[in-house]
Amino acid sequence: MKKTIITVVGHDTVGIIAKVCTYLADNDINILDISQTIVQGWFNMMMITDMTKATKPFGDVVSELEKLGEDIGVQIKCQTEDIFNSMHRI
Amino acid sequence: MLNIFEVAETNKMIEQMNLDVRTITLGISLLDCIDGDIDKVCDNIYNKITTKAKDLVKTGEDISLELGIPIVNKRISVTPIGLIGASACKTTDDFVKIALTLDKAAKEVGVNFIGGYTALVAKGMTPAEELLIRSIPDALAQTDRIMSSVNLGSTKTGINMDAVRLMGDVIKETAEKTKDIDSLGCTKLVVLCNPPDDNPFMAGAFHGMTEADSIINVGVSGPGVVKCALEQVRGESFEVLCETIKKTAFKITRVGQLVAKKASERLGVPFGIVDLSLAPTPAIGDSVADVLCEMGLEYAGAPGTTAALAMLNDQVKKGGVMASSYVGGLSGAFIPVSEDQGMIDAVVAGALTIEKLEAMTCVCSVGLDMIAIPGDTPNTTIAGIIADELAIGMINQKTTAVRVIPVIGKGVGENVEFGGLLGHAPIMPVNKFDCSAFVNRGGRIPAPIHSFKN
Repeated sequence: MKKTIITVVGHDTVGIIAKVCTYLADNDINILDISQTIVQGWFNMMMITDMTKATKPFGDVVSELEKLGEDIGVQIKCQTEDIFNSMHRI
Repeated sequence: MLNIFEVAETNKMIEQMNLDVRTITLGISLLDCIDGDIDKVCDNIYNKITTKAKDLVKTGEDISLELGIPIVNKRISVTPIGLIGASACKTTDDFVKIALTLDKAAKEVGVNFIGGYTALVAKGMTPAEELLIRSIPDALAQTDRIMSSVNLGSTKTGINMDAVRLMGDVIKETAEKTKDIDSLGCTKLVVLCNPPDDNPFMAGAFHGMTEADSIINVGVSGPGVVKCALEQVRGESFEVLCETIKKTAFKITRVGQLVAKKASERLGVPFGIVDLSLAPTPAIGDSVADVLCEMGLEYAGAPGTTAALAMLNDQVKKGGVMASSYVGGLSGAFIPVSEDQGMIDAVVAGALTIEKLEAMTCVCSVGLDMIAIPGDTPNTTIAGIIADELAIGMINQKTTAVRVIPVIGKGVGENVEFGGLLGHAPIMPVNKFDCSAFVNRGGRIPAPIHSFKN
């Protein structure tokens, strides 16, 4: 299974996680792990997700999440795990 | 399992430190396109390129989307046209016809540059190769995406001084023919000593004779990432400095390796090499000169610059080699002037001269690159600059190159704007003393001895 990493960075406000999770649920994307931290006042969240049953193509999810991020004033990125594994695991 | 800090580190490199994959370059052999009839050759070339590379740009964009990292350029390199056109081309216009075909094919598949309008004349020129060289000014003036290179020497063969002298004229003529656009043609023309067969970077990319039918080569970049890493170790010893560069280079290169593997799988083309280069762009924070300054120099060009660059270059290689299964191309720090804001600043401040740049090229890839010089520089002086630079490559068994732009109608102190990745540059002074009696001698400089190294 290829995992997808979703990251959310921005000013902390109410409902960020709820909105992202709702979007993922609506599109049959399963969340495997969530970690969240506040760094110097910035909200940082990472989700590890499974998109194998996702109803939409990867490119659409990327752009829709980006749009959702703009609506709630945060930056949302969606990437396959490969780049992180390559860089941080030998 | 990945943790949030690792993920954040990678994304910070991409978003704030200009980490990107500079190029996926598809090398295509055109040897099977050779024919005695020029129109047939052009048809064969067009058909082969548009077939082999039809999915290159789309594949690059898909990978970029999935990994969330920019892949800036998608490019093609082809077998040196001096060989491919040898049978069919009887005039310089015939070669220009091939250039126009390559340009059309590049536009059709959507790549921004196609390299390989090339002649390999390190020892001698065939009549066809001489025709190709003489056709370069017209070819570059009439096309948009062609990159041209000429191999003028090697450690094994010495330097072809007849060709060096000729290139002095050709560079100047190219500048003349593109003088309306600040002699832009010369930004697409490089001369080389010991060029690699698998270089993914322009303008020197061509698909060498040692290569397979097609191959994927990838060039990574990341001077901004190295600089930011070094900001964390200010004042520390050289040991700490070197370790930091190596670790950073490793991470950068792993991304290149990943992209190369993915592109190779999806295009059904073998993976060639990852080029471990630090390639700057004119963007702020994407500068090799800034890395040198972060090491402790006031400007690139200050005393200590050559040592700093030597160390940087070596550590990038040491860190990068383990990150990739095959390393090749130019692999080293690039020090172009117009494409690096820190270099431009150093020139403007009076810290950096052509002579210092020449010294720097002894320890890094690749050579005197993207240097604007006065438009009235004599052809023989350009040939002299080329001969000097190639001698460094020949003696030190490394690749060296010259890409100078004599900007017609402009002189020292004026500025020239090339636009985009090519950047802008202040015109640098050139040594005024004459070398014409030397470069006009004719013949070639013999290959150097490989013992008694001093």
